Amino acid sequence: MESSFPILSLLLWMPLIGALLILLVPRDNPKVARNLALAVSLLDLVVALVVFFSFNPLARGTQLVEKWTWIEGLGVSYHLGIDGISLLLVLLTAFLAPIAILSTYRAVTDRVRGFMFSILLLQVGMLGAFLALDVFLFYIFWELMLIPMYFMIGIWGGARRIYAAVKFFLFTLFGSVLMLVAILVVFFTYHAQTGNYTTDLYLLYGTQFPVSVQMWLFGAFALAFAIKVPMFPFHTWLPDAHVEAPTAGSVILAAVLLKMGTYGFLRFAFPLFPEAAVRFVPFIAILAVVGIIYGALVALVQKDIKKLIAYSSVSHLGFVMLGICALTPAATSGGLLQMVNHGISTGMLFLLVGVIYERRHTREITEFGGLAKQMPWYAFCFMIATLASVGLPGTNGFVGEFLVLIGTFNSDALPVLFGSPMAGQVLAGVAGLGVILGAIYMLWMVQRVFFGPLANPANQKLKDLSLREAVVMVPLIAVIFFIGLFPNFFLSRVEPSIQAFVQDVRHRSQLAQKIDREPARLATHILEEVRHDQ
Amino acid sequence: MDIKTSILLWIPLLPLFGAIVNGLFGRHFSRPLVSAIGCGTVGMAFVLGLVASADIFASNGEARLVQSVYAWITAGNISIQLSFLLDSLSVIMVLVVAGVSFLIHVYSTGYMRDDPSHARYFAYLNLFVFSMLVLVLGDNLPVLFVGWEGVGLCSYLLIGFWFEDPAKASAGKKAFIVNRIGDLGFLIGMFLLFGAVGSLSIDDLRAGTAQGLIAPGLATAACLFLFLGATGKSAQIPLYVWLPDAMAGPTPVSALIHAATMVTAGVYMIARLSFLFAISPTASAVVALVGGLTALIAATIGITQKDIKKVLAYSTVSQLGYMFVAVGVGAYFAGIFHLMTHAFFKACLFLGSGAVIHALSGVQDITKMGGLRKKLPWTYWTFLISTLAIAGFPPFAGFFSKDEILWKALSSTSHAPWASWVHLAAYGMGILAAAITSFYMFRLVFLTFHGKSRLDPSIHVHHEMKSMSYPLAVLAGLATVAGWVGASLFGIHSFADFLDPVVGAAQKTAVVMRDFAHNHSIEWAAAVGSVAVAFIGLGLAWLLYIKSPDTPWRLAERFRFTYRLVFNKYWVDEFYEAFIIRPIHAFSVFLWRIVDVVIIDGFGVNGPARLLKGIGHVGRRLQSGNVQAYAFWLFAGVAGALLYLALAVGVI
Repeated sequence: MESSFPILSLLLWMPLIGALLILLVPRDNPKVARNLALAVSLLDLVVALVVFFSFNPLARGTQLVEKWTWIEGLGVSYHLGIDGISLLLVLLTAFLAPIAILSTYRAVTDRVRGFMFSILLLQVGMLGAFLALDVFLFYIFWELMLIPMYFMIGIWGGARRIYAAVKFFLFTLFGSVLMLVAILVVFFTYHAQTGNYTTDLYLLYGTQFPVSVQMWLFGAFALAFAIKVPMFPFHTWLPDAHVEAPTAGSVILAAVLLKMGTYGFLRFAFPLFPEAAVRFVPFIAILAVVGIIYGALVALVQKDIKKLIAYSSVSHLGFVMLGICALTPAATSGGLLQMVNHGISTGMLFLLVGVIYERRHTREITEFGGLAKQMPWYAFCFMIATLASVGLPGTNGFVGEFLVLIGTFNSDALPVLFGSPMAGQVLAGVAGLGVILGAIYMLWMVQRVFFGPLANPANQKLKDLSLREAVVMVPLIAVIFFIGLFPNFFLSRVEPSIQAFVQDVRHRSQLAQKIDREPARLATHILEEVRHDQ
Repeated sequence: MDIKTSILLWIPLLPLFGAIVNGLFGRHFSRPLVSAIGCGTVGMAFVLGLVASADIFASNGEARLVQSVYAWITAGNISIQLSFLLDSLSVIMVLVVAGVSFLIHVYSTGYMRDDPSHARYFAYLNLFVFSMLVLVLGDNLPVLFVGWEGVGLCSYLLIGFWFEDPAKASAGKKAFIVNRIGDLGFLIGMFLLFGAVGSLSIDDLRAGTAQGLIAPGLATAACLFLFLGATGKSAQIPLYVWLPDAMAGPTPVSALIHAATMVTAGVYMIARLSFLFAISPTASAVVALVGGLTALIAATIGITQKDIKKVLAYSTVSQLGYMFVAVGVGAYFAGIFHLMTHAFFKACLFLGSGAVIHALSGVQDITKMGGLRKKLPWTYWTFLISTLAIAGFPPFAGFFSKDEILWKALSSTSHAPWASWVHLAAYGMGILAAAITSFYMFRLVFLTFHGKSRLDPSIHVHHEMKSMSYPLAVLAGLATVAGWVGASLFGIHSFADFLDPVVGAAQKTAVVMRDFAHNHSIEWAAAVGSVAVAFIGLGLAWLLYIKSPDTPWRLAERFRFTYRLVFNKYWVDEFYEAFIIRPIHAFSVFLWRIVDVVIIDGFGVNGPARLLKGIGHVGRRLQSGNVQAYAFWLFAGVAGALLYLALAVGVI
């Protein structure tokens, strides 16, 4: 479906125009730079909403496509499009940008223009990576995101910002380079098979590889994405990056950048190399579950609120990866919804940590206690974000976790891939322990920060949320309950694309055929075991 | 959709509305307005519940209403409606929950009158009523689960209501976490059922069970996981440990949530899924056994506690055990019957204890009370009536429901070969616990209201307030008469008949009658036995606490170890602390300090980084500034990469 008006380009490039305009603002006028950035991001959100509502929820394929030849000899095209998978993430990105910018009004006072320029440039990179349907284009945006984030941590970060920024940069770059090599291999292989050069993703989906080569290529892509997610054991850059990053950086990092990794699996790694993907699934699923438990346990013993939330991200993203690995429409839809949920609830938690950090210049849990008395609205918002984070029914977190767990538990793919009839049950059961641990580390932190006597004199004069801070919270709370109560509003738009993804991967990896032979055998197997138990 | 059906949604929505209004704006309202909103919305929910149940009462339980509001979660093969079901079972629950909640809201207007966070209190309490009503009205397991976790949240918020006290905040957190452990069991039970039936609506599950879609082994597994959820919510072994700590909350909260309503959710859930538990004699036997054991052990702990609320808390755990015995032996209606009578007399006891604590400005230690009978007459008489009810004296309500449970346990068995012994054991533990119940309850009454005053002379005993006394009177009245609806001993079966359309078939599947089950003389003999043990308990309490009040302390001295074992609640909390919590904490520290910092970052990241730095020193010599040398290395690098690529692709 060709769209007449290039609305995706408008969505994509508007932040860049804003960024360039900011450079024209006089250096001594940070207020204008801020307000300009806010206005541009709000305008971009409006465009994103137009995109969202012009998206046809019933159609399976990519929509609002824009395609122009770019570098003819290499088959590179400017190819944008949106489907159910990218739709939610694009909206999430556009939704959080103004919120992140508003959070900097007091926090960032130094080199404001540079900061606003970075944040808008980052926006271009993120939107581009979600919208690109050409691997070359995607790679440009993927790398483009890296630079502004590096500067945001390195310039506006905390005490150990250089270490954190370099670590972030090197980890991601390491993955990116491997991915680049893999992209080149795909590119040349396609040429060898068809005589044409192309970087168009959909054409490359058709490339044939021997499974052994696929394994290497998938491995390269998967490593790049796993670092970004981050999956255990590639996660150690994340706590450092979060702790040192300014609030706005943490919000964007957690809410959107991490989703690049999980999105990469859905858009690139799995569909490009389905046969290798299903062979890797047991390995990734186990790492996902290990990450869920590991992240939760380590979060439990953190002394710094921000670091605790950073580790909780490792745990939450494990649910997303588990949902993708389960390869059932329910679990994978749940995983995708969980990406958004994590963006909202963790983004909100980072904003809230920023609020208290601005007042007290510390995030040590032991510095606090009894804040609920002094800052009731702040405590209220923190509690809502906490409940969403622990997946209380009625909030967004429940729907995502529930779908991932029930879909994994009853997945017909996992038993075949693991060669064990209980695989799904065991993975979901262990992942479920993460739900308990989630309640433990969050509520324990909440208790130590908000409850008990207001003993520390430094906390006794703290001011509750300002109007600006409260205004930022309202849309987040609204979204938390909206998704919790009416998830179908989003799920129905996601569903066709996820169905297509699952069927495509299953079909091209021969998994579907194996499952067709399998259920009879499995069912009898389970029944036998059951009878045996009786 | 006719009007009665569309009412269902409004039953929970009204209290939710109250919670939102009071929660967001209550601090700007006057106290009477906050109270009016709190009580009014719950009262209206009760009235709506009555209106909606008219047909069901008229048809003696046959009619049912289902309201489907909208499609909540749809993804892949999963499709969950937000829908509500009102049948005879949920009618009883809705009316008990809304009715008792209303009385406790009224009581709270007095009890919490001087609390600065008055509005927040009523907001939480209304939120609880909303969640509980969703729980009992849910037409499918996920909607039920919304209420299930929702009541857990409200319990957390209300136990820690006075959050400035770290111990109270801690107790709230403990309740939530222990409940969460159970909730995972509930979730897994749901997943198993979904795998077998492909739906989670109650009707589909019932139909699926009837069609044999749920294999017996699977049913056992699912029921045991669901029961794990029930042990969390309803404070049974091994997850009962949160309930005694939950007494940190305001006393009306203890009455409502931790006695009358929320903690009975597990019993309700099993009755709701009785068709499923009925086909698993194994799981049912486990339920009965755990219930019996909990009834007995909690009762023994009740003997030694000195805090008036702690005695009642263990008593609640114990009484809940009876309800599980009932649903475990297939007497689902008896479980719900006891649930209802218990809601009345236990709410009354808790509110009575609240009246005592309120009158004494916060004293909770019964060894420092005594002789309050004259000063708090309303409280004393209602407390005494409820004590007679819980101890199982006829004609008070508890006698009929408890006796029904004991008789059903004695006179039935199930299809499992060893169930005969399980039912007998459950009966044995039940009758023993009945004697102990009577003992510790009269100990409580005697120490609190009788004898000489042991009060600290500085304490001035406040007058009783009407807003608190009237609810006590209503509840005491109910605790007196509520048993008569199901006095099967006298041939009155109205309660069982009313529930028959929901649980009757399951009961027939589950239960195998013993040959004496219809012998009235034996039934009467058993009833006399129940009353006899109640008298034994009363007599012992009188001997020890009225006749010779020094004996208890001498006994405690004499059997020191046993006393300390029981007084310290068998050191179960300490056991969990030492063998579960500490090891997890230590392991977490290990993962962070060693695996993350030393292994991954140390060897994996910074190690190679240092290595590269070393290589960099060597490499620096290559940076000679000679452009031709650079060009050479660049060329060599590209050539190497291309060569590798070509090899990998297989061109060469």
